[in-house]
Amino acid sequence: MKDLTDQILELIRRTSTDLPEDVEAALRAAYEREDEGSAARGALETILRNVALARENATPICQDTGTLLFYVHYPEGMSTRKLRRMIQEAVIRATERNYLRPNSVNAITGKNTGNNTGDEYYPAIHFEEVDADQPLVIDLMLKGGGCENVGAQYKLPDNRLGAGRDLEGVRKVVLDAVAQAQGRGCAPGVLGVAVGGDRGSSFLASKETLLTRIGEPNPDPTLEALEDTITEQANQLGIGPMGFGGKTTVLDTRIAGLHRLPASYFVSVSYMCWAYRRRKMIVDGDQVRYE
Amino acid sequence: MRKITLPIDDETIRSLKAGDPVLLSGVMITGRDAVHKWITDTFIKKTRAPQGDDLETYEAIKPLLDGGVIYHCGPVVAGLESGDYRFVAAGPTTSIREEPYQGDVMRHFNIKGVIGKGGMGAKTLQACQEVPAVYFHAIGGAASLIAQCVQRVVGVYKLDFGVPEAIWVIEVKDFPVVVTMDSHGNSLHQEVEARAREKLADLLQSAV
Repeated sequence: MKDLTDQILELIRRTSTDLPEDVEAALRAAYEREDEGSAARGALETILRNVALARENATPICQDTGTLLFYVHYPEGMSTRKLRRMIQEAVIRATERNYLRPNSVNAITGKNTGNNTGDEYYPAIHFEEVDADQPLVIDLMLKGGGCENVGAQYKLPDNRLGAGRDLEGVRKVVLDAVAQAQGRGCAPGVLGVAVGGDRGSSFLASKETLLTRIGEPNPDPTLEALEDTITEQANQLGIGPMGFGGKTTVLDTRIAGLHRLPASYFVSVSYMCWAYRRRKMIVDGDQVRYE
Repeated sequence: MRKITLPIDDETIRSLKAGDPVLLSGVMITGRDAVHKWITDTFIKKTRAPQGDDLETYEAIKPLLDGGVIYHCGPVVAGLESGDYRFVAAGPTTSIREEPYQGDVMRHFNIKGVIGKGGMGAKTLQACQEVPAVYFHAIGGAASLIAQCVQRVVGVYKLDFGVPEAIWVIEVKDFPVVVTMDSHGNSLHQEVEARAREKLADLLQSAV
């Protein structure tokens, strides 16, 4: 199979240094909404200037280049071992070129590996097989530590919040997660929510909801309505950009439903910061394109 | 916008109020999780004896912190091979992780300002009143823009902590920040959080 290391390196460069169009548009709309002269508007102005500057200079939008989350859809017959090696090599080169900060720390010894490789979980690479005639698609998300740290998992019922095992309960705990996060997840953020699953699959699915564009409708109209309600009510909390107070706390909400054990009802919230770095690479024969 | 050059005197600190935007210039150091723990264990609580270049590093950072500021930042740095360092991306990291240490570290060195993001808690707010000092909130994620404010990397200590955790000595010009905790006991974070909690209580009551 063809060596794609350089193309994956380019995927990493684009992801780290150039924010997707839909995210930038949402931030611009938020800037317009905030009051003239407010700290919230000032913060969003700085954010938008930073986004333009990062794109111009091909420097990281945020110094925390985050957890590397690769989602690979590979055609039947392609070697995942080879793909993994290419991805790891591209990550090492991207670190040398300062598209990525050396971010992989051995949790036991405290030693930073210096090149963003670590173990089978780091960088995180998820493989999914598709039909042989389909293109190879690699999605990459960079998720900063600040926003990862404010993620939360709830087990319903939650008596403290009066949240039962239904969508009304889901609404309550997700709003609580936003209030707990305050500005610390680098608001305004995007919420990825999974309902159901086990603790592990629930968090995984909550992150996968973040792979779609802002504003893309949920195929389930009930969940679509709940997403809109949560976004609107989260903004009523008034936390605002950076937690300075203001009208925009959350840019968008996505919800996925999973199957669960009768005994368990988990709600997992992954908070994505405004520096919502997400890119896609599509390899169709000799053609490589990026979205 | 108000411009302040480091080091900062008490009168200037007392004149700053939560909500004030400020442009900072001068020489400062970065320090985050590993640095705060190292300072606390080795020089404040003294639960660990100084080792290697600890004393030398301590003497070097002491004058920089006296009347100076510490920046919670783990930068992306170019020139690691040559030693000709340049900041590529240098936004703030979340400050609350330093809450157990920050107040004592401020008192120990006479630190006048802490730069970070997300604000800090009651212990640090108390130290801001005593030292006196303020908390400067930088814009989280604005890493390329802030890196452009870094005129020069003066030096680095404790590079063995790793690039993000090392102590970088930098000279900045017009670094944009907002005072969110002042020396009079005001915290914008406490205000925003209190209002959000009140609103949340309403939203938890009402069914959709």
